[in-house]
Amino acid sequence: MQPTTHAFPENARKALSDERLQKVLAIAPAGFVNRRKQAADRLPEFEALRDQGRDLKNHVLANLDTYLEAFEAKVTGQGGHVHWCRTDQEARDAILGICRAANAKTVTKGKSMVSEEIGINDYLEANGLTPIETDLGEYIIQLRHEPPSHIIAPAFHLSKKDVEGTFRQAHTDLPPDRVLDDPKVLIAEARTVLRRKFQQADVGITGANLMIAETGSTVIVTNEGNGDLTQILPRVHVVIASIEKIVPTLEDAALVLRLLARSATGQEASAYTTFSTGPRRPGDLDGPEEFHVVLLDNGRSALLGTEFQEVLRCIRCGACMNHCPVYGAVGGHAYGWVYPGPIGSVMQPALLGVKEAGHLPNASTFCGRCEAVCPMRIPLPKMMRHWREKEFEQGLQPAAMRKGLGLWAWFARRPALYHAATRMAVRALGALGRGKGRFAKLPLAQGWTQYRDMPAPEGKTFQQMWAEKKGKR
Amino acid sequence: MADTSSARAQILGGIRKALGSAEGSDEARKRLAVHPRNLVPARAQLPQDQQVDLFVAMATEVAATVERLPALGDVPRAVAEYLAGLNLPAEIRVAPDAALDAIPWNERPTLTVSKGRARDSDGASVTGAFAGVAETGSLMLLSGAERPTTLNFLPDTHIVVLTRSQVVGTMEDAWDRLRGLGVAGTMPRTVNFITGPSRTGDIEMRIELGAHGPRRLHILLVED
Repeated sequence: MQPTTHAFPENARKALSDERLQKVLAIAPAGFVNRRKQAADRLPEFEALRDQGRDLKNHVLANLDTYLEAFEAKVTGQGGHVHWCRTDQEARDAILGICRAANAKTVTKGKSMVSEEIGINDYLEANGLTPIETDLGEYIIQLRHEPPSHIIAPAFHLSKKDVEGTFRQAHTDLPPDRVLDDPKVLIAEARTVLRRKFQQADVGITGANLMIAETGSTVIVTNEGNGDLTQILPRVHVVIASIEKIVPTLEDAALVLRLLARSATGQEASAYTTFSTGPRRPGDLDGPEEFHVVLLDNGRSALLGTEFQEVLRCIRCGACMNHCPVYGAVGGHAYGWVYPGPIGSVMQPALLGVKEAGHLPNASTFCGRCEAVCPMRIPLPKMMRHWREKEFEQGLQPAAMRKGLGLWAWFARRPALYHAATRMAVRALGALGRGKGRFAKLPLAQGWTQYRDMPAPEGKTFQQMWAEKKGKR
Repeated sequence: MADTSSARAQILGGIRKALGSAEGSDEARKRLAVHPRNLVPARAQLPQDQQVDLFVAMATEVAATVERLPALGDVPRAVAEYLAGLNLPAEIRVAPDAALDAIPWNERPTLTVSKGRARDSDGASVTGAFAGVAETGSLMLLSGAERPTTLNFLPDTHIVVLTRSQVVGTMEDAWDRLRGLGVAGTMPRTVNFITGPSRTGDIEMRIELGAHGPRRLHILLVED
């Protein structure tokens, strides 16, 4: 998928004037927020588990090589294969190679954000294979040729009316006069259509919420059961996972799972948590004959030891975007690539570069809700600030902004002058704005006043009040 | 298959360079060997009879149904009545699991019983379970020659026979039981934790049951 992240301002403007999208955004995120809160409140140990989750992933990152090697040894020892991939292209080629070796035509897919990251569907299609998304939301957006707009609810931006239209267009072998006005009916139709695909598939691709070094298992968490049908019916099961998804032991998996479902959907546990270890065993009546793990780096190891290392703790629950006022205003597509919301604002500059994705860390109010709900306590606002610094260092902001910041810095380094100048400016603005109490326009700040009024300053500057307060104590 | 060893060397090398060590840590190796528990919530740390009650309450909360039975001998009647109550055909596909051999299916001749992996035409399956996890009301099922995983996902109705003594508090307790089996306790190809029937919230965030897996999950909780 070609990123349009560089066009975030235009994307956002379009999203804000899209009435249909705004209707969805007005209701949907609140549901996630409430359910997460109820689930967190119900478990007295939730905050302590978050601390442990953070510490666990820090430990994993500090020992990533040891755990990856242990995982690989276990997978191989049980008859599976591990494919190490530095880049998205290597991962696409590895998967295509597995499909070719299996003589595959139809490939079913469970939901996987990493598979979106490497753009595997387009690649398989271009090479003559038929990839079929089986998660209901992913299936809907695949039919519409759209990217996901949320990492756990890909069709978040669509109404049931939209889905009805999509199914009528796609399922042309069904009677055109059938009634499709209820989500229940839509779900039943998708179930029937996809059942045939599950049976046809030669290869099934799933992601992994976790990999377990102790046992060589990969873990997926789903509610629909599609990820399970994807991996037990075809002859070959391919897992695509990025290196930071590893945890040491089954006990550690239990810890992460307690945090994941609650943070994502507010469930105590997702309907299906499935641990897959190697291919089917001698005597087994079903299950895949081949088991492949495609291990993707794609720039992640380069974050180790940098100010962005902590983002690798992410377990992709989506809580940060559910609680983000910016995501809530513009939705997921405006972010222009795979990962939206606060996690996207930190990951996308890392994966795509600051030049492509530099707008995202700037599109933040720094309200801090993302960090407050992140189950892994990732300091997302701090990292967005680091990306802004990188952007400044690379000289990517407009000249006027750089000059303005330079001027401000010149003053800020001279406190006496700075205080005098701000005192004067505040007094002048206060006098000018006394009538209305606000400004609809200000010189040098049109960008800001275009969308809101600037309140006229009242009374003294913060520095003056601070000095007086200190004097009193 | 493509050789990915140079990618492997480069990825691991990059990680080691960033971590400033090529030795790997004893701490990590010890963690793998000892697999210490993390914080385990107090909720399910209860006497076993209360764990059973918690299991029933949690499973019911996620739209599974639970019927308690005095003995395995009652399973055929319970299965027949459950299917009849929903107007479903009296046909079941049963896991060829030795643990279910004691069920006297022939006492219920109107019930058509076949054994094996699930076929597309199977409407209802009956399987055993390895454990029930009280904390979340989850069933833990292991794959194996006698326990085909397709039975857990293809039929519209999944009926699970769980004995009372199989109920444990937490996922950690269940892992301990699996490890306690020794060689037989190495991870099978598939371990399913199943918490209620299949569901989706992908259309307008409304939760509906029966997305791709079973629409109904019925648990027969048998005294032992």
